[in-house]
Amino acid sequence: MIDIEKIRKDFPILNEKVYGKSLVYLDNGATTQKPQQVIDAICECYAHYNSNIHRGVHFLSNKATDIHEKSRETIREFINADSSEELIFTAGTTESINLLAYSWGDFCVEEGDEILVSEMEHHSNLVPWQLLCERKGAKFKYIPFDDNGVLSSDFDSLINEKTKLVCVNHVSNALGTINPIKDIIEKAHAKGVKVLVDAAQSIQHIKVDVKDLDCDFLVFSGHKIYGPTGTGILYGKKDLLNAMSPWQSGGEMIETVSLDKTTFNVLPFKFEAGTPNYVGNIALGRAIEYVNEIGIDNIEKYEADLLKYAHEKLSSIPSLKIYGNAENKASLISFLIEGTHPYDIGTLLDRMGIAVRTGTHCAETVMQHFDIPGTIRASFAIYNTKKDIDDLYEGLLKITKMLGL
Amino acid sequence: MTIQEKQQDIIDEFSVFDDWMDKYSYIIELGAEMPALDSKYQTEDNLIKGCQSKVWFHADYIDGKIVFEADSDAIITKGIAAILVRVFSNETPKDIIDADLDFIDVLGLKQHLSPTRSNGLLSMLKQVKIYALAFSNK
Ligand SMILES: Cc1ncc(COP(=O)(O)O)c(C=O)c1O
Repeated sequence: MIDIEKIRKDFPILNEKVYGKSLVYLDNGATTQKPQQVIDAICECYAHYNSNIHRGVHFLSNKATDIHEKSRETIREFINADSSEELIFTAGTTESINLLAYSWGDFCVEEGDEILVSEMEHHSNLVPWQLLCERKGAKFKYIPFDDNGVLSSDFDSLINEKTKLVCVNHVSNALGTINPIKDIIEKAHAKGVKVLVDAAQSIQHIKVDVKDLDCDFLVFSGHKIYGPTGTGILYGKKDLLNAMSPWQSGGEMIETVSLDKTTFNVLPFKFEAGTPNYVGNIALGRAIEYVNEIGIDNIEKYEADLLKYAHEKLSSIPSLKIYGNAENKASLISFLIEGTHPYDIGTLLDRMGIAVRTGTHCAETVMQHFDIPGTIRASFAIYNTKKDIDDLYEGLLKITKMLGL
Repeated sequence: MTIQEKQQDIIDEFSVFDDWMDKYSYIIELGAEMPALDSKYQTEDNLIKGCQSKVWFHADYIDGKIVFEADSDAIITKGIAAILVRVFSNETPKDIIDADLDFIDVLGLKQHLSPTRSNGLLSMLKQVKIYALAFSNK
């Protein structure tokens, strides 16, 4: 059981007023708000032990380094990785994927090879692979989904001896589908193909266990799991990361430098060029601890209930159509109101103090599939309540009236 | 009526609303009343960048005056376009170039519309001025 009142008190921003109204924040898919504990962790670092990590011999630098590495350990445990060497701190999902596309991609992909991406990817997990394919003369292929937002189950027929990587999100940011990634990974591995999981929209909502999934790479952003912006993780199996060359270079990622040759530091530092965002990384660790304190299983249950309630409520509006009707969904509802543009709905909801996202959600291939200009997306987090959904529902009723529907 | 007078008219019309919902309902009404732009003018060239919804502005130059027509796939955007068409259509390029745009602030549109929306509005205004500049050289 979770104590929602207590949780809401942890998030100071929930007391803000917009246009004089209490904020109803339903744009968590874009970014989540931060609990005071995370805000305090940032302030405490700057106020009490700020010092560049991994380099100083002095007290503060050692302290900052220890806490930074403890944070990595907290995150390792959270995703159940074997070793904290397998966790690279990045600036976020997008950077994690670009690192992979350059470092792993340039090393492992050759002309004529194939990369298989799902049709429901965020641009961040699509464009870097398209560009890699262009650089290498490789073939870019995609796994289609049906009108319920479910990926084609015989996707493995798209895998052949040329396929090098399957890239798929765990939860779709545009449809909310929970993809059967364990099954996808199993089938891909049976054919010797590696899999990258984009967990940007799952890590904060459902249990993610890299060992259980057996994924080769997994990426997510800190800011979507109650942590600070500019943080993120690239998880990779150790042997794969060891085989890759660095992407960016300079700073602590180097072992020795001479004018003839540079050798690189060991994992994970090999991929962390320059001064890392150590304050952010430390605060991300605190965010994960916060999630642990509530319990990801409790979060999953609570949010599933919320989503079910939202589905029921919103489906009762006759002119409203939900996009993404997979059996397994998490955390968000994408919808349109017949005869209206999502932008009109978003603008009017905004005036009621209800924050939603409208547009393509950086997933244009999803919009193209349905031939729509975009959707309205209400996405939930642990501090949302049924009252938030009631407010959304009432707001939508008012709007349909205003628009004469 | 001069551009200034038309602006004042619209300000007066809006001044009776003290509730944001009434104001938006009126904008929606203006959008609904504006005739659709002939589909042959709904072209890539006439499309205004910087709006989340699609907005087209078409301009004709007739007897020294610019005649604007506009459309959008979003009704609020179309309502705002309708206001601009009303203010700037049938005016000379010079008057449009010289026109003061303070009325947007007075209407509270800039302040009350979301950031992307107000960018859309600014893009529309810019396009109107660009047309005026283009025709002023003819
Ligand atoms: C599924 C998915 N992948 C990738 C991203 C990109 O994340 P970021 O912008 O934090 O790099 C997002 C965020 O919107 C997302 O939802």
